[in-house]
Amino acid sequence: MNNDSVVINLQQIKKNYDMGGVEEVHALRDVSLQIHKNEYVAIMGPSGSGKSTLMNIIGCLDTPTSGLYEFNGTNVSQMNDNQLAKVRNKEIGFVFQTFNLLARSNALHNVELPLIYAGIGSTERKRLAREALEHVGLGDRITHKPNELSGGQRQRVAVARALVNKPSILLADEPTGNLDTKTGEEIMALFEELHGKGNTIILVTHEESIAEHAHRVVRVRDGSIESDLPVEKFRQVVAHS
Amino acid sequence: MHALSEIKEGLIISLQAIRANKMRSVLTTLGIFIGILSVTMMATAIEGVNRAFEQSASAFGSEVLYVQKFSWVGGDDWWKYRNRRELKVEYADFIARQATMADAIAPTVETVKDAHYESRSMLSAWVTGTTNEYQNASGTTIQDGRFFSQEESDGGRPVCAIGANVAETLFPSTDPIDQTIKVGGYPYRVIAVFEKQGGLFGAFTSDNRIYLPIKSFLSQFGTHHEVSINVRVAKSADTEDAKDELRGIMRKIRNLRPGQEDDFSINQQDLLTNVFSSITSVIAGVGFFITGLSLFVGGIGIMNIMYVSVTERTREIGIRKAIGARRRTILFQFLIEAALICLIGGIIGLIVSYPLSLIASQILPTAMPLSVVFLAIFVSLLVGLISGFLPAYRASKLDPVDALRYE
Repeated sequence: MNNDSVVINLQQIKKNYDMGGVEEVHALRDVSLQIHKNEYVAIMGPSGSGKSTLMNIIGCLDTPTSGLYEFNGTNVSQMNDNQLAKVRNKEIGFVFQTFNLLARSNALHNVELPLIYAGIGSTERKRLAREALEHVGLGDRITHKPNELSGGQRQRVAVARALVNKPSILLADEPTGNLDTKTGEEIMALFEELHGKGNTIILVTHEESIAEHAHRVVRVRDGSIESDLPVEKFRQVVAHS
Repeated sequence: MHALSEIKEGLIISLQAIRANKMRSVLTTLGIFIGILSVTMMATAIEGVNRAFEQSASAFGSEVLYVQKFSWVGGDDWWKYRNRRELKVEYADFIARQATMADAIAPTVETVKDAHYESRSMLSAWVTGTTNEYQNASGTTIQDGRFFSQEESDGGRPVCAIGANVAETLFPSTDPIDQTIKVGGYPYRVIAVFEKQGGLFGAFTSDNRIYLPIKSFLSQFGTHHEVSINVRVAKSADTEDAKDELRGIMRKIRNLRPGQEDDFSINQQDLLTNVFSSITSVIAGVGFFITGLSLFVGGIGIMNIMYVSVTERTREIGIRKAIGARRRTILFQFLIEAALICLIGGIIGLIVSYPLSLIASQILPTAMPLSVVFLAIFVSLLVGLISGFLPAYRASKLDPVDALRYE
C-alpha cells in the first residue's frame, strides 16, 4: 500500500483532560495510527481504555492536546469548530450505538440532514436520500418515523444517513450495542457489504465477537495502542488467551 | 442557497418543536400576545386621540389669529387675564381699516342656549354671534346652503347657520334649509349647514354650534359676552409679521404706552397643537413604557422556555453537530424558533386587536393604522430575536462530544 491511500494518519496523539487543575487525566498517550483507504478496522478496548477519546478525535468531534492528525493529507488537529464541522459533514459518516436519529423527523428527512448542511438543493437532496435508504433496504420505509421502525431498521437509517454524503470513512461506535444478536449480525453483514463496495470502515467496540468482523484489530488499553493485528492473528491471540 | 435551505430547515424544526409542545407553546405565546395586544391598542388609542385633536383644532384654521382677553396657554396667569379690560366688537372694524396683512376679520361672541325645532330640541348648544366674514376667518366649511351675506349680517337678520350635530339632532329626516328654529326662544331661519368636523366630542368645532349675525345676537342675548376677533392672515403675508402688525394695532386701540405689557392675547392653532403634542408625547412615552413592560415580561418567558428547549434538545444538538451543523446553523435554528413563537403571538395579537380598534373607532376617529401593524410585527420579531439570542448562543457553543453524551 502506498502513502497516497492513507486516509487517517495519527502521529503521537496525546489527549489530556484537565480535572479541576490539580491532576490531569491522560486519556491518550502517544498514539500513532494509520488507516488506509478501503480498510475495515476495529478499535477495541474496555471502557476507560481511551477508545472513545480516540474515536472522538478520529471523528473530528474533538481535537488532540498535542500530536498531528492528518485526514486525507490535511492537518485537522489545529482546525476551528466550523472547519471541523465541514470535515464531519463531508468526510465522516457516524453510526452510533443509540442510533441518534431525530425522533420527530421521518427516515427520509433524517437522511437528508447531512445534505442540508452540505447545502445541496431540495430535489437533488431527496433523490440522494431515497437512494441511500434503498441501498440499506429501506426503500419502502422512507416516510416512517423512528418510533415506527424496529431497532435494526433504525440503525439502517443511521447507516444511510452516514453514507449519504459519500464520506471517506464510516465511523461506527458500538453499532450493535442496542440490538439483539440476530439483528446485530444483519448490521455487521451490511457493513461487510459496504466494505466490499469500497468504503473505509472504522468500528469501535469492546466486544471481541464484533471486532472479529473487521479485517484489522487495534487494541487500546490505558491510552495507548496495545496491539495492532490483522484479524487472523487477532483470532489466534484471542483463542490462546 | 445554503443559508436559505438552513433557514427552511430551521422553520421545519421550529414548527415540529412548537407542535410537539403545544401547551407550552400556547402559554409562551400568550405572553407575547398580551404584550403585542397592549402595544397595538396603545398605539391605536394615541393615534386616535391625535387624529381627533387634529380634527378639532382644524376648526380654528391654521392661518387664523384670535385676538382675545385670555391666552389659550399659560393658565397660571388666570387672574392677570381675568382683570384685563374687555375687548369690544368695534375693534374688528378698526383692525380691518389698519391691517395690511389680514384678508378677513370677524368678531365673535358666544353663549350657550337651548335650540328647538317643532317637538325636537337641542339643549345647551353653543351659540356664536359673528359677521359674514366668519366663513373666511375660521376653519369651517359649509355643506349645504350659504353663509349669511353682508346685508344679513349688518342688518342683524334672523338667519342662522348650524353645525352638523345640530342639524342631525333637530332635523333627523327633513332638510333643515329654510326651516325656522328657535334659539333661546327667538326664531331664526336656517340658511346653512356646516360640514361635520368630528374630533374630540365636538370640542372647538362647528358641529354643536349655531351661528347668528352678531347684531341680532347682541340685541337678543345682551352685550356682556366676551368678544374674540378672528383675523385671517393673507396668503401673501408671513404669519409672524401679521401677528406683529396685529399686536401694534391692538396696542394702539388700547392706548398702551411703550414698555407697558399687552392687555390682550393673540392666539392661534399652533399654540394648542404644540401644547397638545407635548402632552400626548408624555402620554405616549408613559404608555409605551408600561405596555413595553408587558412585552418585556413576555420576552423573559420566551427566553426561559428557549433555555428549557435547548437543554431538552442537547442530544439533538449533538447529533446535528456530529453530522456537520455549524455553530451558526444551530444559532439560527433556535433564533428562528424564538422568533416564530413571538411572531405567532404578535399576529394573533394583531388579529384580536383589530376588531377592538374598530370598537374604539366608535368613540375616537381612528382605525388601526398600517404603521402599527408593521410595528407590531417588527417588535414581536425583535423580542423573539433578543430573548432567543442567549439560549441560542448557548446551544451553538455546546461541545459535540458532551452534547452527544447528554441523557
